[in-house]
Amino acid sequence: MAKRVGIEVSVAIGEVVTMTNTDVIAAYPITPQTHIVEHPAKLAADGELDAEYIPVESEHSAMSACLGAAAAGARTFTATAGQGLELMHEVLYIASSMQLPVVMAVANRALSAPLSVWGDHSDAMAVRDTGWIQIFTENGQEVVDNILCAFRIAEDRGVLLPVMVNLDGFHLSHVIEPILLPEQSEVDAFLPPNDYPLPLDPAKPVTMGDFGPPFIYTEVKWAQEVNLRKSMETILKCWGEFDRIFKRCYHPVECYRSEDAEVLLLTMGSFSETAMTAIDRMRGEGKNIGLIRLRLWRPFPFDEIRNAVKDAEVLIVLDRALSFGGPGGPVSSEIRSALYNEDRRPKIVSFVGGLGGRDITVSGFQEMINRGIEISKTGSKHEFEIFGVRE
Amino acid sequence: MGKKFIDVGQELPPKIRARHAIHEVRPVTIKENFASGNRSCIGCAEVLAVRLTCKALGDNVIIAMATGCMEIVSSQLPYTSWEVPWIHTLFENTAAVASGIEAGLKAMMRKGRIPVQETKVVAMAGDGGTADIGLQALSGALERGHNFLYICFDNEAYMNTGIQRSSATPYGASTTTSPAGKVSIGQITWKKDMPAIVAAHNIPYIATACPSYPFDLMDKVSKAAAVKGPAYVHILSVCPVGWRSPSELSVRIGRLAVETGIFPLYEIENGKYKMSLDLPKLKPVYDYMRLQGRFRHLSEDTIKQIQQRVAEEYQKLVAKAEG
Ligand SMILES: Cc1ncc(C[n+]2csc(CCOP(=O)(O)OP(=O)(O)O)c2C)c(N)n1
Ligand SMILES: [Mg+2]
Repeated sequence: MAKRVGIEVSVAIGEVVTMTNTDVIAAYPITPQTHIVEHPAKLAADGELDAEYIPVESEHSAMSACLGAAAAGARTFTATAGQGLELMHEVLYIASSMQLPVVMAVANRALSAPLSVWGDHSDAMAVRDTGWIQIFTENGQEVVDNILCAFRIAEDRGVLLPVMVNLDGFHLSHVIEPILLPEQSEVDAFLPPNDYPLPLDPAKPVTMGDFGPPFIYTEVKWAQEVNLRKSMETILKCWGEFDRIFKRCYHPVECYRSEDAEVLLLTMGSFSETAMTAIDRMRGEGKNIGLIRLRLWRPFPFDEIRNAVKDAEVLIVLDRALSFGGPGGPVSSEIRSALYNEDRRPKIVSFVGGLGGRDITVSGFQEMINRGIEISKTGSKHEFEIFGVRE
Repeated sequence: MGKKFIDVGQELPPKIRARHAIHEVRPVTIKENFASGNRSCIGCAEVLAVRLTCKALGDNVIIAMATGCMEIVSSQLPYTSWEVPWIHTLFENTAAVASGIEAGLKAMMRKGRIPVQETKVVAMAGDGGTADIGLQALSGALERGHNFLYICFDNEAYMNTGIQRSSATPYGASTTTSPAGKVSIGQITWKKDMPAIVAAHNIPYIATACPSYPFDLMDKVSKAAAVKGPAYVHILSVCPVGWRSPSELSVRIGRLAVETGIFPLYEIENGKYKMSLDLPKLKPVYDYMRLQGRFRHLSEDTIKQIQQRVAEEYQKLVAKAEG
């Protein structure tokens, strides 16, 4: 049986990565990801992790080394945050487009300038379209569980796509939580060895990363799109199997007290736990309010989202990233477009908040929800509002 | 002498033999791991260098290649010129990709997931992919000591994108981003000394080569591939389109680059310099430059200046080899 331990979430990631018997870790330090990469380095130094640890000279090279390792057929892990993720940008497209199943933890961090080491989702949103499977986690347990699932999903023969597990910088990366760490035997039962179909192997030469002229580029990209969408089946199957072994169940969209709710709040990541407390309080006041949490960001769970919100009057979406000069945060504009053609759909109110590590408290969420309800009736002179900003 | 048939290698005094060894013709494999029928330009010496390199490397290699002419000419979907495993990802990250492949093989062999064998990981890039945009990734990979061979195919500009200058473009050359004009001689910086930068990483083996000396090139590549740890080979590759030279003179121009001292052939083995060719007297740089349109605009004064610099640099190098 798994044992429950009090452990820093970043350290727990290292523990579970070790249990996956990862072959290569290539990483470059950046706050607040540092503990995620320091722990495996120590485990490798102590002989407890049998992996090649490549202390690369940049995140660009971290992801590039991961490409090489994955192409050779090795199980591959890295982690980054903020500026590091941006520096990887062009390399991320290669991982997904060449079907290299790299697993990466991202300790979400705001983007400079001004320099901020604190959390928000600007980094992840800027790489939204890179073709990775992207999961947003709420607590330490979910991080650990989904790192494990990420390997199984990424390396599945029917998928072969890189997976990014997002955890909020500091809010999740640096907290000590009681976490059920799996037993090695459970991990072995859950995660088969990586069996990459056509690795770089002198016995069976392959050409990878060709040059694609216009007559074929569109077809290659369409195949990639179809594959990413289709990965949904494998993700659901993986989470189902995970539930069977570990008795913890994950879904692309999580609903909290939402069945009869007239007003729904939608969040992503660790803020959802605070939001739940706010929902409880408001329910206590007799208000019909619920919470929707988006866990799977790519492939986007269209059906699940439509289903989850169809009966509500108002849907308040909180983004932790700005889309400068645009219609609101990326999450809100995607939800809006997913619902636009639906016959039954709630009115959508967009907020951006929690930027650069600023907290939103329980009463903050209550205030946001009340303001959202007000906007749904009176409208706002803005496309979206920034919660708690001093003007 | 007096004999009818002599074994040249046996009869010549060792000193003279050594001097001419570079020209010695020997049988080499007829197997081409870089297939014919690629899309390179007529007279491309870079593709010739790649072909010879592949002969020297043999079958047990994995190649990571940077974006550039060689990648474009060899991998257009649905075709490939590569008979050995080959991967291209981006322009500036080839040394890092090679690091990952090497580390992956090492871990998997250690764990018994793949058979243990001496597969050589080889990174290949142009001068732009090496001396400019890929320099950081290369430095990182050399410093970390991966067991890999890095080969720079230096045609002295970004040829794939249309002859823009790089830091390896020679002084006075006209390119599309260092054009000669009424008030400019073209490139106003001296060619970056890439082998010296690599040498500063204290790696076991470094060599310069040129496909105009095919056996020397293949010897060096084989030697570099046999090294345990990082090795680097810098290959001057004449580009008739970019250098505006007659395509049938590519091999000749490569020879002249060496004979004028502009591109000396040498090795640095464990820090020890060794000239590959004994050149008692260098040919004038003009002999080399006059065949190339990229230098056509240069005044006598500038050529003199170049001549002086080439002589100085060559002497410095010889001094290192003798010292
Ligand atoms: C990040 C990035 N910047 C620019 C380019 C455009 N680009 C492709 S190849 C190339 C030049 C290649 O020059 P070099 O490395 O010398 O190789 P050559 O083509 O001359 O053999 C450039 C600038 C690119 N592909 N990626
Ligand atoms: Mg070039």
